[in-house]
Amino acid sequence: MADSPSDKLAAAEFANAPILGPGYDYASVTDKISAIVLARRTPKWWIVGFLVSFALVMLLMVAVTYLLVAGVGIWGIQIPIAWGFAIINFVWWIGIGHAGTLISAILLLLRQQWRTSINRFAEAMTLFAVSCAGIFPLIHMGRPWLGYWLFPYPDTMKMWPNFRSPLVWDAFAVSTYATVSLLFWFIGLIPDLATLRDRSKNRAAKLIYGLLAMGWRGSAVHWERHETASLLLAGLATPLVLSVHTIVSFDFAFAIVPGWHATIFPPYFVAGAIYAGFAMVLTLSIPVRKLFRLEDFITMRHLDNMGKVLLATGLIVGYGYMMEAFSAFYSGNQYERFMILNRMTGPYAPMYWMLIACNIVTPQFLWFRKVRARVGALFAIAMVVNLGMWLERFVIVVTSLHRDFLPSSWGLYYPTRWDIFTFAGTIGLFLFLVFLFIRYLPLISIFEMRTLVASEEEKKAVN
Amino acid sequence: MKQQGTIYGLMAEFATPEQLLVAARHTHDAGYRRIDAFAPFPIEGLAHAVGFHRTRLPLVVLIAGIAGGCAGFYLQYYAAAVSYPVNVGGRPMNSWPAFIPVTFEMTILFAAAAAVLGMLAMNGLPTPYHPVFNVPRFALASRDRFFLCIKALDPMFDLEQTRKFLLTLNPREVTDIEP
Repeated sequence: MADSPSDKLAAAEFANAPILGPGYDYASVTDKISAIVLARRTPKWWIVGFLVSFALVMLLMVAVTYLLVAGVGIWGIQIPIAWGFAIINFVWWIGIGHAGTLISAILLLLRQQWRTSINRFAEAMTLFAVSCAGIFPLIHMGRPWLGYWLFPYPDTMKMWPNFRSPLVWDAFAVSTYATVSLLFWFIGLIPDLATLRDRSKNRAAKLIYGLLAMGWRGSAVHWERHETASLLLAGLATPLVLSVHTIVSFDFAFAIVPGWHATIFPPYFVAGAIYAGFAMVLTLSIPVRKLFRLEDFITMRHLDNMGKVLLATGLIVGYGYMMEAFSAFYSGNQYERFMILNRMTGPYAPMYWMLIACNIVTPQFLWFRKVRARVGALFAIAMVVNLGMWLERFVIVVTSLHRDFLPSSWGLYYPTRWDIFTFAGTIGLFLFLVFLFIRYLPLISIFEMRTLVASEEEKKAVN
Repeated sequence: MKQQGTIYGLMAEFATPEQLLVAARHTHDAGYRRIDAFAPFPIEGLAHAVGFHRTRLPLVVLIAGIAGGCAGFYLQYYAAAVSYPVNVGGRPMNSWPAFIPVTFEMTILFAAAAAVLGMLAMNGLPTPYHPVFNVPRFALASRDRFFLCIKALDPMFDLEQTRKFLLTLNPREVTDIEP
């Protein structure tokens, strides 16, 4: 776009840049990744980060306990804004999870080899994000101890959940998503757990990895079934991802509130989820690749590709915003028109314009190859997008609820410290799980990296 | 000198996937049928070379998916039209369009569970013990070495003949597998 001819040439080279550093064979790829897990000494930065995230988990425990004891009044929710941080955070976390499944499943189906070094990590991120998300539907209920009523079980009152409600669909969708992601992640881990079992010297580690690896021995027939299962799971996970965030968008779209009742919501939410998720993958993988010296595995081409996906989904999200504004005016409906004017000029206008700056303006920098080649710039843009996507959910939830049809019901939403503590606590939980994962499990799929080495050798042999 | 009945089989070690693939094909061509090959990553054509043809896993997954879909839909239909119908403005009890999301999720759930549990069950996992782990260098099968095994159960198996045959395939070494 604004690239000079030399940039264009560099971009062309970059597009064919290797996705694996030079000089690796099956043994060195295995050793490099398993060394992170089997190292006897834990890096200092890991201990510091782990303790900080653990402290935040403790904050989460306190916040949730106080909530269960005192009730949802400790939060800022009121009439008319009866849904606040809880639903915003729920949608934010679920959205983040979707990039992991996209990288694992959809890129597998599209045979994109560059997914290899990031897919294990991204899928783990999905699991942890979904765990954080799943807390909110439960705790935001007025009576969380009755949360099990969302699931169909034969009871003495002969009552069933309302299967026509998106909230019940949510319960099924998110449970299915968590289960399928866990299964997919786990079967991918089995051969790597076998590697760790065989390589570890510590008796306890050998036993634990051995139990989890279930006796995997790398038999050709087992690999055949494993590959078939992985492809089938990828094929199942792809529509699942699309359906889960669609159902989450239905939580809003099935209501009649202006700003919610829009048919663009399903694709807009799904694109937003992928957008937010890739931003989180970048946010996490950039420090991790630096700290564990994995630049040969998570190369600049990976970061470049992720930047491009971020740009593409950012454009779709930008289109969504423009269509929302356009169809609000085009509809001629006074409530819809007021809603969009209120977003732009009302009490929450600063949030709306910050949202536009974060989500529409900032990703435009990714058109320039120079920006995508700069790790620091990518990290900064990813953080901005993380914030922007949170703001988007805030704007959707709060601005539509605080002024809807009846002016006498209008109000303002003020989050309380408990809203913020709970949110910070879930960020802590997420990081806590990420830290545990990167220390005790192979964060890059070892057997898939070996397959990559094999295909690179094949390419060399052909040439 | 061990008697034939007291070992599980013979294991040959190779350094590259190509060598293993060629060796497996030769072994199958020579008439051996109870063979297995081990590698640290999936190798195309290897399962076929040891005589394995089609996995039934896709069929299992399909059946499970259909079962899940039917179960999901029937659950909702039963709840909404049979067990506790609620008349909301005269709308149909069997509101099947509203039942689609849950039906879809149940299909995916059952199919995915069948894919994983089916794969594990068909592979016989978890396997707490297997004789191949008695071969000292077998730990490298999960790192960078490739192994071929001919089981003593094979009708053509003869300790000395089979060992001689394996040595013609140019392995790094041939080991007895303790049972």
